Amino acid sequence: MPEDNEMITMRNISKTYVIGEEPLHVLKDVSLCVERSDFLAIIGPSGSGKSTLMNIIGCLDTPDEGEYLLDGQDVTTRSDNELSAIRNRKIGFIFQQFNLLGKLSALDNAALPLIYQGVLPREAKKRAAEALEKVGLADRMKHRPNELSGGQQQRVAIARALITNPALLLADEPTGNLDSKSGREIMGILHGLHAAGNTIVLITHDEKIASEAPKRVLIRDGVVTPYSDEEPKDATKKEGGVTA
Amino acid sequence: MSIFQAIRMALVSILSSKMRSFLTMLGIIIGVTSVTMLVSIAQGTSQSVTSKISDMGSTLLTCRITSDDVPDIKLDDLMTLEGKGSVSLVAPMLSSSVTAKGNDETYSTTIQGTTPEYLEIEGLSVADGRFFNEVDQEYKNYVCVIGTDVAENLFSTRNCVGNSIEVSGKKFLIIGVLTYSGSDTSGSKDDCIIIPFTTAQRLLKESDITQFYASATSSGTVDAAQQTLEAYLYDLTADEDSYSVYSETEVLDTMSSVTNTLSLMLGGIASISLLVGGIGIMNIMLVSVSERTREIGIRKSIGAKKRNILTQFLVEALTLSVIGGLIGLILGKIGIVAAAILMDSELSMSIPVALAAMGFSVVIGIVFGLYPASKAARLKPIEALRYE
Repeated sequence: MPEDNEMITMRNISKTYVIGEEPLHVLKDVSLCVERSDFLAIIGPSGSGKSTLMNIIGCLDTPDEGEYLLDGQDVTTRSDNELSAIRNRKIGFIFQQFNLLGKLSALDNAALPLIYQGVLPREAKKRAAEALEKVGLADRMKHRPNELSGGQQQRVAIARALITNPALLLADEPTGNLDSKSGREIMGILHGLHAAGNTIVLITHDEKIASEAPKRVLIRDGVVTPYSDEEPKDATKKEGGVTA
Repeated sequence: MSIFQAIRMALVSILSSKMRSFLTMLGIIIGVTSVTMLVSIAQGTSQSVTSKISDMGSTLLTCRITSDDVPDIKLDDLMTLEGKGSVSLVAPMLSSSVTAKGNDETYSTTIQGTTPEYLEIEGLSVADGRFFNEVDQEYKNYVCVIGTDVAENLFSTRNCVGNSIEVSGKKFLIIGVLTYSGSDTSGSKDDCIIIPFTTAQRLLKESDITQFYASATSSGTVDAAQQTLEAYLYDLTADEDSYSVYSETEVLDTMSSVTNTLSLMLGGIASISLLVGGIGIMNIMLVSVSERTREIGIRKSIGAKKRNILTQFLVEALTLSVIGGLIGLILGKIGIVAAAILMDSELSMSIPVALAAMGFSVVIGIVFGLYPASKAARLKPIEALRYE
């Protein structure tokens, strides 16, 4: 049994893709533990298995082998619909591409997870407005994503991630598509959320960004190891075909 | 997620590409418009025909001798039928197609020789002048009563009593004009010249009665009168295949079965265009699903279940077909009003047909939306998110 204090408990997770005839071991026996209110950075170059790990953490994909407990619940053997519900309630995604819906306003985008929970639209919008205020977008609620700057779009995405009070915030290269000033703002928001007690997992290839996280692990060639600053920085690309 | 949310989402998506949505709906619009218009016109025509027929008097019976091989019926003999059983009045009929001349105009029409009783049997009335009487009959007078079409075509007016027309070289004095009936059926009394039976016998050089009309004492005794007439004709001919007796109700039944078949056929043809419209919806929904793969991935990643995605795309297909159906109904209504004006007849949209067309387009929305929607619902979130 995991300790109650653990938000993510991964034991011996493996994932293998078959590309053509060749089996490709993307994750090899990965074990990982994230405690409540942790801020963990997972650092890895492209092709390291970083994306696959994030998909599994985010319940977008399931491992072939191993055990994954999220917030005390086993999520390895769930159906697609159950995984949807878990993503909806437990995980707040912050993607590199923002992944907002272009036809919806900032307010509607932020409210969408609640709509899928069955919350009444009026209530959902009220809470979305509060979430948008928290990220400093009170005056941009009616704007569509294409009327917002990259930093603003990412803040809408954060509001959307926060609206369900998820157990885990999963940020995948959240600053990857932003200029350095917007990137700093987003990291500032993440630090604020961490300070407020949220559990955050940040996935990045950028060691400078990663260094802001109190805890760090390195993933390379599908193997997760503790990160130390002395680690060689020439992350060589291997196992072509899988992009991180 | 409520159905209203789903409809709202569908509307947002439909409105975001108006031209495409309109073209997608066009098939359904054309289908519903043509179904409602064609069926309503067919039914309206049939109704106006049947109501005109029943206006003619439901006591009317038409008798025909169909064989040459039977003894002649003489007028005096025929008249003994009057008052016999449930038969009230009897009028012989001699008719022929003729060309009438009058006022330097010529007009092709039907001349009908009959007796004064005919007016009552057919439920006709004279608008101007008088109908001919027993005296005209007795003296074989060259007088006639004409329908409004004949009057208008020859004299450009319905007020032509006192004028003369010439038929087969004989001059007839117009003593009356029939009331306009407005019937557009063949054999309309607006388009005929009625002359005394005896005059007709002389004019057409025909003395045999091969057709006559009778009326029953009341609409409830039509069947009894029909039996009396059939018995009379059987006694006369001794061959039940050599005559026929029709009552109006039989004619009505035949008429309505013909027009019902016609409506069904027209409706069926128009339904095919609805079906084609449905395929159009499926086509565009499939395009839409692959275009919006990323959107589906995003929705799934933040917690949309299969059911949510399925509902979203299904409601979208359904919204397209329902809006198309409604536009089709409106256009159909406009078309029916226009057709009613053009055809100068009373047409109205049949509510059952409108509902059926609407229901059919809803079914089409579901049937043709289901495949694209389930395709969307089955997408894996990671694959959908990776899609550019």
